[in-house]
Amino acid sequence: MATATHDPNKNYINEKSGIWSWLTTLDHKRIGILYMISVMSFFAIGGTFAMLLRWELFSAGRNIMDAHQYNQVFTFHGAIMVFMVIIPGIPAFLGNFILPLQIGAKDVAFPRVNLMSWYCLMIGAAIAFFSLFYNGVDTGWTFYTPYSISTQNGTLLMVVGAFIIGFSSILTGLNFIVTVHKLRAPGMSFWRLPLFIWALYSTALLQILATPVLAITLLLLTAERVLGIGIFDPKLGGDPVLFQHFFWFYSHPAVYIMILPAMGVVSELIATFSHKTIFGYKAIALSSVGIAAVSFFVWGHHLFVSGQSEVAGILFSFITMLVGVPTAIKVFNWVATLYRGSMRFDSPLLFALGFIFLFTIGGVTGIILAVIGVDVHFHDTYFVVAHFHYVMVGGTLMAIMGGIYYWFPKMFGRMVNEFWARISFVLIFVGFNVTFFPQFILGAMGMPRRYYDYLPEYQSLNRISSVGAWTIGTGFLVGLFVIIHGMRKGVKAGPNPWGGKTLEWQTASPPPHENFHVQPVVTAGPYEYR
Amino acid sequence: MSTVKTATSGHHHHAHHYESAEHEYVTSKFGTWVFLVTEIVMFGGLFVGYILFHEKFHEMFHAGSTFLNWRLGALNTVVLLFSSLTMALSIYYAQLGKKSLVLLNLYVTLACGFIFLTVKYFEYTHKFHEGLFPGALFSYDGPEAHQFSNLGMYFSFYFVMTGLHGSHVIAGMGLITWLIVRAHRGEFGPEYYTPLECTGLFWHLVDLIWIYLFPLLYLIG
Amino acid sequence: MLSSASTSSRFMPPQATEVAQNVDTLYGFLLVISLISCVLVIGGLIYFAVKYRRHTENDKTPYISHNATLEFLWSFIPFLLFMASFVWGWIVYHQLRTAPTDALEVMVRGQKWNWTFAYKNGRTSASEMFVPVGQNVRLIMGSSDVIHSFYIPAFRTKQDVVPGRYTSLWFNAEKEGDYQVFCAEYCGDQHSGMQAKIHVVSREKFEDWLGNDPYKDLPLVEVGRKVYTSRCVACHTLTDQKAVGPGWKGVFGRKEKLEGGSDITVDENYVRESILDPNAKVVLGFPRGVMPTFAGQLSEQEISGAIEFIKSLK
Repeated sequence: MATATHDPNKNYINEKSGIWSWLTTLDHKRIGILYMISVMSFFAIGGTFAMLLRWELFSAGRNIMDAHQYNQVFTFHGAIMVFMVIIPGIPAFLGNFILPLQIGAKDVAFPRVNLMSWYCLMIGAAIAFFSLFYNGVDTGWTFYTPYSISTQNGTLLMVVGAFIIGFSSILTGLNFIVTVHKLRAPGMSFWRLPLFIWALYSTALLQILATPVLAITLLLLTAERVLGIGIFDPKLGGDPVLFQHFFWFYSHPAVYIMILPAMGVVSELIATFSHKTIFGYKAIALSSVGIAAVSFFVWGHHLFVSGQSEVAGILFSFITMLVGVPTAIKVFNWVATLYRGSMRFDSPLLFALGFIFLFTIGGVTGIILAVIGVDVHFHDTYFVVAHFHYVMVGGTLMAIMGGIYYWFPKMFGRMVNEFWARISFVLIFVGFNVTFFPQFILGAMGMPRRYYDYLPEYQSLNRISSVGAWTIGTGFLVGLFVIIHGMRKGVKAGPNPWGGKTLEWQTASPPPHENFHVQPVVTAGPYEYR
Repeated sequence: MSTVKTATSGHHHHAHHYESAEHEYVTSKFGTWVFLVTEIVMFGGLFVGYILFHEKFHEMFHAGSTFLNWRLGALNTVVLLFSSLTMALSIYYAQLGKKSLVLLNLYVTLACGFIFLTVKYFEYTHKFHEGLFPGALFSYDGPEAHQFSNLGMYFSFYFVMTGLHGSHVIAGMGLITWLIVRAHRGEFGPEYYTPLECTGLFWHLVDLIWIYLFPLLYLIG
Repeated sequence: MLSSASTSSRFMPPQATEVAQNVDTLYGFLLVISLISCVLVIGGLIYFAVKYRRHTENDKTPYISHNATLEFLWSFIPFLLFMASFVWGWIVYHQLRTAPTDALEVMVRGQKWNWTFAYKNGRTSASEMFVPVGQNVRLIMGSSDVIHSFYIPAFRTKQDVVPGRYTSLWFNAEKEGDYQVFCAEYCGDQHSGMQAKIHVVSREKFEDWLGNDPYKDLPLVEVGRKVYTSRCVACHTLTDQKAVGPGWKGVFGRKEKLEGGSDITVDENYVRESILDPNAKVVLGFPRGVMPTFAGQLSEQEISGAIEFIKSLK
């Protein structure tokens, strides 16, 4: 029901007012902003927990909390960051806002489902946080049985919370798959889709095919705690390691739910800020799908020392190596795109380059961990902690920050303060390496993860790591300031401040309620810088 | 700008972001299929667990299955199959614009759901009465319980699988009730029967899952 | 980088087995390959970024969509490297997992939060084990409660210890010394305190230790002290400070309030019951279900010793 005349001053933000109009909105852009607010709040909480962890680990022995509190803090840090920040971070927040714009649609296929998925996240998160009033949770975010069956009451709430948040993820994935299939603008063939869309599409496949397994796993865990069904309990003939198989069958693809959209963001940033068509478009697009497909068959590398058979271990090691190939392809293609480009070092590009830098280190250490003979030593040590932070924080969070700064003018019609945005990048990038590089060495030295206390020889590296963590914290505070300042006082932005070629730059900033005043028709690929 | 469907007598305005009612129909149907895939994957996890433990405790599972009344299971299978037929018929009559037959078939489908749940209720209470509870709660004291140390695990699978399936039956009945209300208002007709179609797909899946559960739990053992 | 791998250094634990050397050689290879890849990718990134920075807003960029040869090479070369690493890793893993048949077998039990060891002749020990140098040793491990993981950094090996089944691990320590054991699978409050020492000693010393009654000629209170340092230290202090469990100083003879509201005096019988059936009577303010039972794990002599030791802490 398009209106006949377009008021140029009307956009999705000022079209309606009042908090209720936001809480009941069906507009994908407004839902994207709701996600932005929730994810940033959860990130602040999870980040605060991280700061406390590093404070406690600053010296051996007790610093600010006892072992029991420490175990709860790392559990909440992990669960919040995984389930409430990194998984919804790019798809549900940036994806919700950008996906319909980039494919020239007016909205996602099922706007009500889209809103419902945000409420699932909020309700699930509320239940998970409520566990803090029930003795908290100290299982780690992985809920390994039988520990998670025998420990305190709060665990049940956290598990139910994660279950509901899982539905948020499933519904978002479902919506995106249908939207990409059915709502593309005329002329927008699959080979003209922006790479961010390819990444979101691959992610959505993982969300709908893996997350239901998490749902059933958590349901069984709930039944185990409430009814004692015994499937994971050795006392009743069950198998505690089966839980790990179930859990990682979801959670390993979930790792790619976290990183694939980040790769998509980086592809967009690299193309736009080097003003050059992306190198190897099809290779990047298909490698996203390839990574998604292979990721279903590598979960066993989380069980290399769990007691699974030698043959299984070797097989999983082999398949894990195969994931390395499409991942390497992406990295090489990004670097090749820079060749003879015309690069402008705005903050989004800095984050994209930072992503490639850190992700490369995270990637090669991932290969080291996939080599099964070496992993036996590194398994469950700080080497693993460092590796996945390089990929998840150095990868995904860098991409989220880059993505926010990139699409900020589209979202709010204003520019961020470029100087302070760059400061935030430098603090996060430097702080990140100072925090996590020493943890590789700690892991090689044999320091196991999830340790409240450690041997004296690990102290100096832990201290460096803690100082780095506080630097990252400062960097994100600066980033928060940049975002809030930009929303209120930023310089007004035109429709296409960066010279982007994808469809979201063809409409006003901020876009009107239905995204485009005139239905766009696509006649060329997404990165035609000629 | 509203997406509220202001529909009268089979004449349906599609939501603003679709090109046409047809576009909305194919999209909704595609979305439903994707949703069914997630359901299958979720139940798939349970089936994998069942297969693994069935392999490990073959005889215990067989002993467990003898506690189930296969006649009641077969009755429920027939009831659900019949309800799938009436569900399909309601869509057929909607395409023909026969409102009263749409309603009749929906009511029969709903009634079948009630029969299914009633039978399940009697099966459950009978097991509770005998102490055939899942896992740790298992308190049956017959000879089989002494022959196998973990007979409760069979009932863990029985209750979790049929319980999850039963909750889907209840959800489906909720959807059918909602369809009946809308059908009374005359919202469905040859041009618009998307909710009937999508609910129908869901109902068939619930039916299909039962068709796997019945032999796995009642017959094979 | 290689030098750090082939000899023990500050960046790696000591190499006490032949397998550890093999692991480190492979790790060294992987580090070199990783370093080269990082230099290529990150170096190329920085070089291009600097060289092709924007000069004017109207810079023209060439339209390069793909290059089949290049793409093949940078898919295939990494693939070959990955496969080489995989096969090498497989070989090392096979060594790590294949125990020689002539190994000395020791039963290991993990329980929140300590390790106990049982030798074939009935000798048991807690939180420390002795093995002869140059001897193949196979550990057959089980857990009494949750999953633990037996990790010896100096031997570059670890294995999860799972309730309800046995898992195993082997090593052959080539150098005498004391080697650290960690629990590497998160198991609750005192996870980081769940440590042990492996003492690799000469064969004579080992035989001596194996045949030795650890409590021979010791007064009961000293037996208790030994029990304390190997089994109780993770959760109980020797002061009156509460840790996971109550501090032991002055606890004997004290009147305590129980969970149900009744009172109890800490006497010999209550201590004994708390050791064997910890959840029977829990003092108010302490979590239920945290302390594991030591029934069947401590001898009568050890229980009496522990009681005597607690009595002595006034």
